[in-house]
Amino acid sequence: MEESQEIKDSVRLERLLPGQTPVLVPGHSFGTVTDKIVGIVLRRPVTLGWLVGFAIVFGLLNLLGLAVVYLVFRGTGIWGINVPVGWGFAIINFVWWVGIGHAGTLISAILLLLKQNWRNSINRFAEAMTLFAVACAAIFPLIHTGRPWLAAYWLFPYPNTMGMWPQFRSPLIWDVFAVSTYATISALFWFIGLLPDLATFRDTAKNPWARKIYGLLSMGWRGSARHWKRYESAYLLLAGLATPLVLSVHTVVSFDFAVSIIPGWHATIFPPYFVAGAIYSGFAMVLVLAIPIRAFYGVKDMITDRHLDNAAKVMLGTGLIVAYGYGMELFFAWYSGNGFERFMMKNRMFGPYAWAYWSLIIFNVLIPQVLWLRKVRLSPVRLFMTSIVVLIGMWLERFVIVVTSLHRDFLPSSWGHYVATRWDWATYIGTLGLFLTAMFLFIRVMPMITIFEMRMLLPESRVAPEEVAAHD
Amino acid sequence: MDTESKKKTSDVCPGSKDKALGLNEVKQKLTEARGPKYWRTLDELAQTPEFEEMLHREFPRHASEWTDKASRRDFLKVMSASLALAGLSACTKQPLEPIVPYVRQPEQLTLGKPLFFASAMPMGAYSVPVLVESHEGRPTKIEGNPQHPATLGGTDVYSQSSVLTMYDPDRSQSAMFNGEARPWADFVTAIRPTIEKVRANGGAGLRFLTGATSSPSFVAHMRELQKAFPQSKWYQWEPVNRDNVYAGAAAAFGQPVETVYDFSKAKVVLSLDGDFLTSGFPGFHRYARQFAAQRRPELKEQMLRFYAVESTPTNTGGKADHRLRLKASEIENFARAVASQLGVGGAGGSLSGEQQKFAQAVVKDLQANRGRAVVVVGDSQPAAVHALAHAMNAALGAAGQTVFHTDPIDANAGAGKVDQLKTLVGEMNTGNIELLVMMGVNPMYDAPADVNFLDAMNKVATRVHHGLYFDETAKFCHWHLNGTHYLESWGDVRAFDGTVSLIQPLIAPLYGGRSEYELVSVFLNQPDMSTFEVVQRYWQSQPGAGDFNTWWRSALHDGFIRDTALPRRTVAATGAVPPPQPTQGGGFELAFRRDPTVYDGRFANNGWLQETPKPMTQITWDNPVLLSVATAKKLGVATESVLEIEVEGRKVKGAVWVTPGHPDDAATVYLGYGRDNAGRVGSGLGFNAYKLRASGTPWIVTNAKVRGTGETYQLASPQGHQSMEGRALVRAATLEEFIKNPAFAHEMAEAPAPGLTLYEAYEYKEHKWGMAIDQNSCIGCKTCVVACQAENNIPVVGKLEVKRGRHMNWLRVDTYHEGTAENPKTYFQPVPCMHCENAPCEVVCPVNATVHSTEGLNDMVYNRCVGTRYCSNNCPYKVRRFNFLLYTDWTTPQLKLLNNPDVTVRSRGVMEKCTFCVQRITHGRIAAEEQNRKVADGEVLTACQQACPADAIVFGDMNDKDSRVSKLKASTRNYGLLEDLNTRPRTTYLAAVRNPNPELES
Amino acid sequence: MNTIAKASIVAALLLVGGLLWAALQMQRSPYYTYAGVAKAQPVAFSHQHHYTGLGIDCRYCHTSVESSSFAGIPPTKTCMNCHSQIWTNAPMLEPVRESFRTGKSLVWTRVHDLPDFVYFDHSIHVNKGVGCDSCHGPVDKMPLTWQHASLQMEWCLNCHRAPEKFLRPSKVQGSDENQIFNMAYEQPTTAKPVVLPDGQKFTDQETLGKYLITANKVRSVADITSCNTCHR
Repeated sequence: MEESQEIKDSVRLERLLPGQTPVLVPGHSFGTVTDKIVGIVLRRPVTLGWLVGFAIVFGLLNLLGLAVVYLVFRGTGIWGINVPVGWGFAIINFVWWVGIGHAGTLISAILLLLKQNWRNSINRFAEAMTLFAVACAAIFPLIHTGRPWLAAYWLFPYPNTMGMWPQFRSPLIWDVFAVSTYATISALFWFIGLLPDLATFRDTAKNPWARKIYGLLSMGWRGSARHWKRYESAYLLLAGLATPLVLSVHTVVSFDFAVSIIPGWHATIFPPYFVAGAIYSGFAMVLVLAIPIRAFYGVKDMITDRHLDNAAKVMLGTGLIVAYGYGMELFFAWYSGNGFERFMMKNRMFGPYAWAYWSLIIFNVLIPQVLWLRKVRLSPVRLFMTSIVVLIGMWLERFVIVVTSLHRDFLPSSWGHYVATRWDWATYIGTLGLFLTAMFLFIRVMPMITIFEMRMLLPESRVAPEEVAAHD
Repeated sequence: MDTESKKKTSDVCPGSKDKALGLNEVKQKLTEARGPKYWRTLDELAQTPEFEEMLHREFPRHASEWTDKASRRDFLKVMSASLALAGLSACTKQPLEPIVPYVRQPEQLTLGKPLFFASAMPMGAYSVPVLVESHEGRPTKIEGNPQHPATLGGTDVYSQSSVLTMYDPDRSQSAMFNGEARPWADFVTAIRPTIEKVRANGGAGLRFLTGATSSPSFVAHMRELQKAFPQSKWYQWEPVNRDNVYAGAAAAFGQPVETVYDFSKAKVVLSLDGDFLTSGFPGFHRYARQFAAQRRPELKEQMLRFYAVESTPTNTGGKADHRLRLKASEIENFARAVASQLGVGGAGGSLSGEQQKFAQAVVKDLQANRGRAVVVVGDSQPAAVHALAHAMNAALGAAGQTVFHTDPIDANAGAGKVDQLKTLVGEMNTGNIELLVMMGVNPMYDAPADVNFLDAMNKVATRVHHGLYFDETAKFCHWHLNGTHYLESWGDVRAFDGTVSLIQPLIAPLYGGRSEYELVSVFLNQPDMSTFEVVQRYWQSQPGAGDFNTWWRSALHDGFIRDTALPRRTVAATGAVPPPQPTQGGGFELAFRRDPTVYDGRFANNGWLQETPKPMTQITWDNPVLLSVATAKKLGVATESVLEIEVEGRKVKGAVWVTPGHPDDAATVYLGYGRDNAGRVGSGLGFNAYKLRASGTPWIVTNAKVRGTGETYQLASPQGHQSMEGRALVRAATLEEFIKNPAFAHEMAEAPAPGLTLYEAYEYKEHKWGMAIDQNSCIGCKTCVVACQAENNIPVVGKLEVKRGRHMNWLRVDTYHEGTAENPKTYFQPVPCMHCENAPCEVVCPVNATVHSTEGLNDMVYNRCVGTRYCSNNCPYKVRRFNFLLYTDWTTPQLKLLNNPDVTVRSRGVMEKCTFCVQRITHGRIAAEEQNRKVADGEVLTACQQACPADAIVFGDMNDKDSRVSKLKASTRNYGLLEDLNTRPRTTYLAAVRNPNPELES
Repeated sequence: MNTIAKASIVAALLLVGGLLWAALQMQRSPYYTYAGVAKAQPVAFSHQHHYTGLGIDCRYCHTSVESSSFAGIPPTKTCMNCHSQIWTNAPMLEPVRESFRTGKSLVWTRVHDLPDFVYFDHSIHVNKGVGCDSCHGPVDKMPLTWQHASLQMEWCLNCHRAPEKFLRPSKVQGSDENQIFNMAYEQPTTAKPVVLPDGQKFTDQETLGKYLITANKVRSVADITSCNTCHR
């Protein structure tokens, strides 16, 4: 019972620095918190704004469907890829989405272990965001292959009448395992965290169907002390499991590049620099979602400026690590003395794709420096803009890594050029559609903020040690 | 084009969506498709927009399907795609398959084993002796004939690709009267009265126009015909002709003789636009082999030195130790200067400083090597230059040593082809010609622009066209008769040395064509006489050795008739050299060249040739306008900008390709493009340079006008970048340096020691295959590229896909330039898969689709491949090719017959690459094992190696210390491409060594 | 609720397992592989009758089995060699006679049909000591011919990964028949040993196989399991 004990303590012993907004604006009680969050889903009517937004993103989702169907019928040739540039948007998007998928688990798991109680109000939708982002990412490794139906079969070769197995020396296989594990753990983590709230929904819902569905989902949660004890340990165990994954997934993804021999890919800095970049873009996406949501659903009192401030700080930190990564690439190219490496770097900065490199530097390194200013961190609008910039920057980073490294490698005779086709764009925008559609639905039917964890932030929840002792 | 002619152009393959595979089924389909039924459907089709679109499409069909917009065809493609994917995926239930045995099986045929037949491919008057591989009656691959004295087993791009032309679904499918399909019999009856009419006045109204020929039996057959019609005349026309050669010889010796070179004795070679290392030059195969042999730096001081004086940069000039770029028109002047310095040819021309220096060095070198020097002149140089060359060769004692003369190969060398055509047109214009029979010629497309052939034709009562395609000329003839391909009919032809080869059919005429012989027989009132009878009868009439049948059989078996090489003649040079002609107005100069791949346009509908990157420029699917860097700047144009060229009021537009080494103030245009009725592949590509070509100036125009139009036109070249960026890719040195330091190649980049890898080393108990490519021998002719395509069922992707960087050739010949843009050095580097010892592709494939074999091959398992393309990304040599779309034609039955049954036909989404012809290795190994022995060296040849005329590629077992490949790899010149990456390639290169003249090296 | 929830977990697991099991069964079923399924033919040709009944050697019809990748399917002529003499007007042979008259081939249904990307060579197998029935099963007992093995890759690998389990000598003492084509050949046992012409006696397949691998110079397992052995 110590862990839960510690958590409670941490909550109780919260100290506000001067001028710091609390993670939960005072004036709330158990009742009001529950009432407010439940109300968003169960009582609030479907607004026109929601409908319009949903219509748009759902349209984009269908674009994805179209793009994928056409792809299956015609082949990957509908994209701009070629030899030498064998990977294009598909892999860029994959890495980008997986990266975004990092924030959620980081917030819910690592911050939990670090007892950052401010996480409580944003972890729920951050996790949801993670799941949807990973879902978007997971599409690409499959559809980017020439024969997806076989890729799926031979990476999981059952039933196997061939006496042949996948090749475990290939980073692509590691990828499959890393990402699928991550997806599974995140899903479990998210679902377990949902149980108590789903129960709350079951109990407060009027609509019999809603009661049934939430009832089924809450898996018979009654909130007994035994349930809570199990819950606490399970949740912590999963947090423990998820934490290394946060680091491992993008490390493995970075191996796809680092393990190869292509100048610009073959770099030891990749794992840390990819992980940092992932968290960087992840938090940017959290802010991009949090800022409008808290405005539309009037939950500024639960997702306070304090959260924005902290998220911004994380971005700033990881952003600096990424910047260091860029610096190192440059240094390696020079220090290695390898002609191919040097040429690659020169080509990135002054070659046909120089525009991508320099805008990446501006978007990812220069602009985010405004986050040093408290003024910016506390202004939702400015923060929103910065986050968008970072998201674009991180996408460009992957573009630069994939395309500029490939299009001019060892033999000048085989140099080429990569131009994305409209199908490349359709697929990319389509996944944005998938992501947002899922987000819209999630907000409508699930508690986007953890009710019970919010309650733990209330003074009332601060039980005295003797009571705790009495419980055991 | 009016819709009428459109309907005719659209004479495309009927039943092309047919799935049947058996030859008989296909043939049946084709016959069914002929006749009224087919035409009805075509007429219906003609109404549909898709049909219009198909006619107007800019790119050939193989290409046009890959544009993003889905069309009706695509859907059919998709349907067949699903079928194909089923075939390759192995995780679907197999459909039941029929198996169809012979009724009576031919004795010599063993099912599952190919047969080889000796034959020869005619090229104008000359020929390429070949061995044709046949699988259960389907010719699938052309090989050289190693026994043949003329070629020593080499082939060229034309012969390698000829098998595709035979199956070409766009070939005309039946005889036609005014564009209406008719059976051959109808023609025989219908033409009868006309024949009788011309017979009445001894055939005065009868004219024949054919291509150049050297076929003894056909000539005899024609003579017979001329006996029956004494007043009739037989003319010959070749757009790419040797008029200048024979005229030059006539000037020098008083008679048109054939000139044959022997480079095996040569030490110094001077070429005056003489592209003897470029496919299409008579004798190319033997010359390439001899030249390469004499260029081995191991010969030390005896190594051959090659001076090239060139206008258009060719791969021949690329091999030169010293190349002087001159306008085509200036070469005569240069030749006169050299000649006079050699003490012949009277007064010499005046030369610029640079030229003078060059000339002096050359003269000195030539004189220093009397009896071992050769001066070679190109067909495009005026007769005077040829005459000068003969004089020079005589003065250098080359005659009888390195230069020989025989009677002309061309049966009618006396009169120039242009003159013959003009005479014919003159006669036609008199209106007295009743019947004009054209066989294998296309004057409506390639006649000189000042010869109005159409008007002349309209004055002829009855016009008959005989050929493989319903082409530009057929369109304007009353009768079109579909001819036979050389693989479909009997015949005979001479090689450049005169040796006669018998041509034997490998397959019954696929589209029911009739040979020229049969057409002539109609005039001899023997319409039922078969080609075979005609040919055999002729040779029976010849004084043969002993029993005719054994003689005939051995001639067929050997692929040539022994001792038929024309006797060498000693001709006395009269020393007479035509005086310099004043060239008209020193305007912008234009040089016409035969196209390196489609020749004069006759191969325009051959997808393999269209997609073969042309030597030097590496352009596919188009004919560019070559300009020098300076001239392009002066004209304010760049590569791909459209240039308007005007000659005496005739204008064409073509796209520029800025070419290093091209002379200034001059442009080169290639013949053979801009065709309207070539077929679905060849129509509408590039521009028609014949429109600029006048009978008086067939090769060089000095009064052209050019201006940039501001438009641009995309040219597709798989190698956009021709600089080595200072990387040690092609390692080269001068002979001097090589002699000083034979291991120079190894000091140009570090090679990591073996064993620097985390994976344990492979051991090879049995074989250890490897390849060595001598960059000194490689002449960049691209024959290997086409051979590889033919052997390995490599699909054609079309211009658009090439432009997108998706060409499929497993073997490419990288061409690099080094030095100044005015006068660059050129290097050719054939790049197949390196089959690395530490292959970067193997470790990154997630499904084990590319793995290391126990004999060192880097296997590519198509059915296992899921197409992640990671292997291609990770391949430093970029030799892997990916089926981004369904490139293979799974629908056209004829093209299925063309496939090599021993190689998997790849489908969409699959990676492929050079396999070292693993199917040949397997066959060789199994054959050896069944005889309980090891595979002998040279028993297994890769397709590229077998096709190479220069013998630059050597493949073999590196475990066998005495194998040729082991010996070459032991050479100090041997190095691995990018070996500093520690990939340890097992395809290695022998460094290039140039043999420059110290006097000119500065 | 509670129970449903718990049940759902179990159900999910069962479902996944069940599907996997079904797929496994499906993949190896005769429906899918055709193994053991006799296929309809234009003429009800019986290997049993011709081989066992009349004692005709395999190679009389499958002429190229020792020299070519393709064992060879007899031309109509081969049938007519005998059937122009016997059963000259048996109605069941009419298609054969018709084919011979008209010159139109008989169209059989292929019994052993490997995928197009697999390159099998009969000659080398026969030469290295793989008997007909090792792959084709008891053809001598097949009135209508069916495919004996699944012909799936795992099946090929059974032998390519352990050839010693299947190899047989071509000649044995006391018989001048080529054992490769002998349907009645049995692997050696202590009861029924296999004696080679030179008198060597083998009582178990393992040792015989190992001996034949060296004797027939069969390439190493690594060699014959290299991808390019069957795929090119």
